[in-house]
Amino acid sequence: MGIDIRLPLGILFLLLGSTLVVYGTVSDASLYRQSLGINVNLYWGVVLLAFSALMFVLSRRGARAKARAKNIPQSPRSPGH
Amino acid sequence: MTGIDWLILGLYFTFVLGIGVALKGSMKTSTDFFLAGRAIPAWVAGLAFMSANLGAQEVIGMGASGAKYGIATSHFYWIGAIPAMVFVGIFMMPFYYGSRARSVPEYLRLRFDEKTRGLNAISFAIMTIFSSGISMYAIAKLIQTLHVFDGVFQRLGLSSSWIFDFAILISAVVVLVYTFLGGLSSAIYNEVLQFFLIVAGFLPLSYLGLKNVGGWSGLKATLGPSYTHSWAGMSHANTNRLGVEWFGLVMGLGFVLSFGYWCTDFLVVQRAMAAKSMSAARRIPLIGAFPKMLFPFLVILPGLIAIALPTQPGVPPHARVVVSAQPPRRGIIPIKVDATSGQPMLDKDGKPQLDYDLAVPSMLLHYFPPGMLGLGLTALLASFMSGMAGNVTAFNTVWTYDIYQSYIRPGATDAHYLWMGRASTVFGIAFSIAAAYMANRFNNIMDMLQLVFAFVNAPLFATFLLGMFWKRTTGHGAFTGLLAGTAAAAIHHGLTLPAGAVVGIKGGWLAVTHTYPSEMAQNFWTAIYAWSTCFVVTFVVSVMTRAPEESKLVGLVYSLTPKPEEEPLAWYARPASLAIMVLAGTVLLNIIFW
Repeated sequence: MGIDIRLPLGILFLLLGSTLVVYGTVSDASLYRQSLGINVNLYWGVVLLAFSALMFVLSRRGARAKARAKNIPQSPRSPGH
Repeated sequence: MTGIDWLILGLYFTFVLGIGVALKGSMKTSTDFFLAGRAIPAWVAGLAFMSANLGAQEVIGMGASGAKYGIATSHFYWIGAIPAMVFVGIFMMPFYYGSRARSVPEYLRLRFDEKTRGLNAISFAIMTIFSSGISMYAIAKLIQTLHVFDGVFQRLGLSSSWIFDFAILISAVVVLVYTFLGGLSSAIYNEVLQFFLIVAGFLPLSYLGLKNVGGWSGLKATLGPSYTHSWAGMSHANTNRLGVEWFGLVMGLGFVLSFGYWCTDFLVVQRAMAAKSMSAARRIPLIGAFPKMLFPFLVILPGLIAIALPTQPGVPPHARVVVSAQPPRRGIIPIKVDATSGQPMLDKDGKPQLDYDLAVPSMLLHYFPPGMLGLGLTALLASFMSGMAGNVTAFNTVWTYDIYQSYIRPGATDAHYLWMGRASTVFGIAFSIAAAYMANRFNNIMDMLQLVFAFVNAPLFATFLLGMFWKRTTGHGAFTGLLAGTAAAAIHHGLTLPAGAVVGIKGGWLAVTHTYPSEMAQNFWTAIYAWSTCFVVTFVVSVMTRAPEESKLVGLVYSLTPKPEEEPLAWYARPASLAIMVLAGTVLLNIIFW
């Protein structure tokens, strides 16, 4: 399988999250009367950015684990044991 | 829709097509294309397993049913999905994955014979076309009703009557491009993206809605017990909103339809077959079951809130999208309007019908400002397209391996079958377009799907149950049983009618001998009759015909297969532990919402 899905997920939610955060910051407060006065764009955008960051971290960890598995090919025992 | 909403929609579409392009290079053999090279990690395939059926029937249909039937709709999850998902992971995956079959029909050939496989392959191919057509129809209808393209069409001087056709075309083209390029991998990747997108688009909706109506207790106070209890009133069909009694519910939905779908439908099973190991294959349905258990809060709750809100005409001034010129009739759900005459549609008592399918879209427009609205609509469209893509990838696999390679052109090169996979993606989508225009006739999409499943899927689970767990089952038995089961479904449907319905597509076309309190009760009982007939006929014919050779059944039948070896996994990641956790969670939810 070519790509680790967490990478595209991270990128997509980085783009979506930052779009919402920017729009939430510049948009007029009266827009949010219908969402019970909560600036959903800003707050939810921040949540999406956090999710995106998590995906990036997990994808890096996955890549490192994969590299490690490649470097120690099929050793039946760990050396110090 | 404003500019910001278009931007979000555009971002997502670019991404979807980009994934297809990025994966194009790794599609070298037919296994890459149809089975994602058997290399998908368990958690990815688990989410895809669950998302593959997150098509139109889920987001729009479940929201609609939530508004119509209340929290009892969660039976479709807690009774109608979780037990079956656990069963397929624990008991059936060892045979599906272990047999190295490339599709469900192929398993049937290994276990039974050629004719059983042919029958299943053809009926399945037709069913996937139908399902993908329904998804496509739902996207087009939604785009039309929400007036997404109206501004663009006006500017270009085109007639707005073409919007439905244009929407069908555009959704077909997007799905075509990414499945054509990236095959199953592309479909699975997009299903995972779509899963997170749906959560991202719908979680704030449930939150805002629930906050607005005063939480669950506020909802209970507004709607009353018939909407907010899932089991109370199930003792008799007339005392609950579903119009089904507990036996029909548990046997029809919980056993026959649910196991028939989750355990034998290649659309979902294909995701588990793409796993990289047996242990991953077994965990896939179980991992999928966790989010499935919680999805009622995302898709049913908005429907319930939509009906609980105070009725008010009009929509927020900023939204250039307008649901309907008619003032909503109950909550914020608009009245169903006849597309040709523009008049409200009336039921047989002359009261206007509610367009429940618009419950969720109305909620999006009600609560979401520009920005979030774009995200919510994108999630909605994404779910439709993924549902459609799931059907298309299942169709092209069954067509290529089980119909084309078996009956039309055996022995060709792998490159030829890879080419065929791509070609069948194109004509599969072309047939879906035809099915989309046919789907225009049902009030609630869910009921129609249940009907199709009852005819085709319900008998199938009897075949698999006997085939996997009773080594004496024969090919002749399986084949006759399936035919008899489907015939029984058709006859039962032809002899009964739901209350208040007209003779015709809703049933009773032979003679009306029994009237069910609701369409759902009729569907469940159709399934029960189909399953029982198939079970009995398969059993009887098997006993009468020559027993299959046991040596050929190793790896295909429970009693002749060594137990799958457990990979050394942490205790919480073992299939049995996952199964216990998800079942316990489901029982708890049933008790909370009793």
